[in-house]
Amino acid sequence: MSDHIVRSYDEDLNSLKTMLAQMGGLVEQQLDDAIDALSRRDTALADRVIQNDEKVDALEHQIEEKAILTIAKRQPVARDLREIMVAIRVSSDLERIGDLAKNTAKRTHAMSEALPRKLMTGVIRMGRLAQEELKNILDAYARTDAVKALDVWRADEDLDALYNSIFRELLTYMMEDPRNISLCTHLLFGAKNMERIGDHATNIAENIHYLVHGKPLAEGRPKRDNTSMYRLESNLPAED
Amino acid sequence: MNAPATFKAIVTPASPRIMAERQPKIVARDVDVFYGDKHAIKKLSIDIPDRAVSAFIGPSGCGKSTFLRAINRMNDTIPSCRVAGNITVDGRDIYDRDIDVVQLRANVGMVFQKPNPFPKSIFENVAYGPRIHGLAGNKTDLEEIVVSSLKKAGLFEEVKDRLQHPGTGLSGGQQQRLCIARAIAVNPEVILMDEPCSALDPIATARIEELIDELRQNYCIVIVTHSMQQAARVSQLTAFFHLGTLVEFGDTDEVFTAPQEKRTQDYITGRFG
Repeated sequence: MSDHIVRSYDEDLNSLKTMLAQMGGLVEQQLDDAIDALSRRDTALADRVIQNDEKVDALEHQIEEKAILTIAKRQPVARDLREIMVAIRVSSDLERIGDLAKNTAKRTHAMSEALPRKLMTGVIRMGRLAQEELKNILDAYARTDAVKALDVWRADEDLDALYNSIFRELLTYMMEDPRNISLCTHLLFGAKNMERIGDHATNIAENIHYLVHGKPLAEGRPKRDNTSMYRLESNLPAED
Repeated sequence: MNAPATFKAIVTPASPRIMAERQPKIVARDVDVFYGDKHAIKKLSIDIPDRAVSAFIGPSGCGKSTFLRAINRMNDTIPSCRVAGNITVDGRDIYDRDIDVVQLRANVGMVFQKPNPFPKSIFENVAYGPRIHGLAGNKTDLEEIVVSSLKKAGLFEEVKDRLQHPGTGLSGGQQQRLCIARAIAVNPEVILMDEPCSALDPIATARIEELIDELRQNYCIVIVTHSMQQAARVSQLTAFFHLGTLVEFGDTDEVFTAPQEKRTQDYITGRFG
């Protein structure tokens, strides 16, 4: 959508889009680096991710400022208004994804060399899946493709399912040998981070749907993360 | 811009959500208006609810003012103008032979773009209508009508000490409120407003908008405005006119966030005019 009678209005909207594309690219890179750092236990790379998070935050502020200024100047309505609102929301989801990447990178420091390789694979696999989801949703956003956005929204189920199985797997390791608990907890948080990234991607998907159709997505998303229901049987004597 | 060869007109009136809850006050069916050879309104149908503000928007020459003026037969004063089709107010055909046009225009009052008070006192401006329509039995009744009309128009407090001063001495915004008081004084059911704020500053505009919002509790209000923001602010329903047809009529909340028709979208977002 372009061709406002006032051309500078188009420029305002376009520059918002450009900033979001830039932010999306940066966040993708951050996530890629965070996963690499974790899998290679590369603490230097992890530190770089931690530092670069500032850039993500700065971009979010710029986008917000531009959006607010555009609202103040143009009093946008209909699709223009939705475009700006969605830009604000997407930038905040991207900022959160950036934080989760940073948090994952931080945990690289806690990974000892002794960590069994196989413990790591599941989390890395989740990371790659989250990365793909992020890439696809940024694509869908750049092209304002509500169909593709819906695909991503549905695909998040896979990430949830994987999180479930990793959760159980890590619990098993912890039960096997209590010395694993500290490491496994870090990995569990890492896995949770990836699962959260998937959730932010679905938020973006819902916003693309709203941008295109002007109403919220009606379907309820199939949610497969049911780790909050898990419990270990306690064998402590009952108190009375 | 290029006019499309086939233009989607709404033949059966769209029904905004608000219409589900109430009876239509004004019903128009297949209305055509001609100025000589010019076909200004084409087969227009719409249901307008009572006790709500309906805004007509659209580019210049789209027919919105023409249609507004058809609702109280203001177009009768233009010799070349011809109206076909059916318009009813409360179920009564206003183009019926037996209709008293003077009574109709009291019942369906109008406020214009430029405030046009009579060159008389503030009191007389408001008293004139009730007097000629015989609405007041005596002087006390008349005074009561004038005061209550000025109060409803939100002007009384500002003018109560100078009711005998000329109406033309008021500020633009006050004059417009005086004209609204004058319209209210004859107990109308419908108030038509043709760009009532376009000659006013933002503060006077805000006062009129506040007044419109109060008046909608008791009247059916139809407002033509070039300010899209004003339509969004004051109305519950918005009708978008283009090339003499009604393109979209819906709940204002929806028209300004997610309009159904691309043409509405293009107009309200400033993509053609």
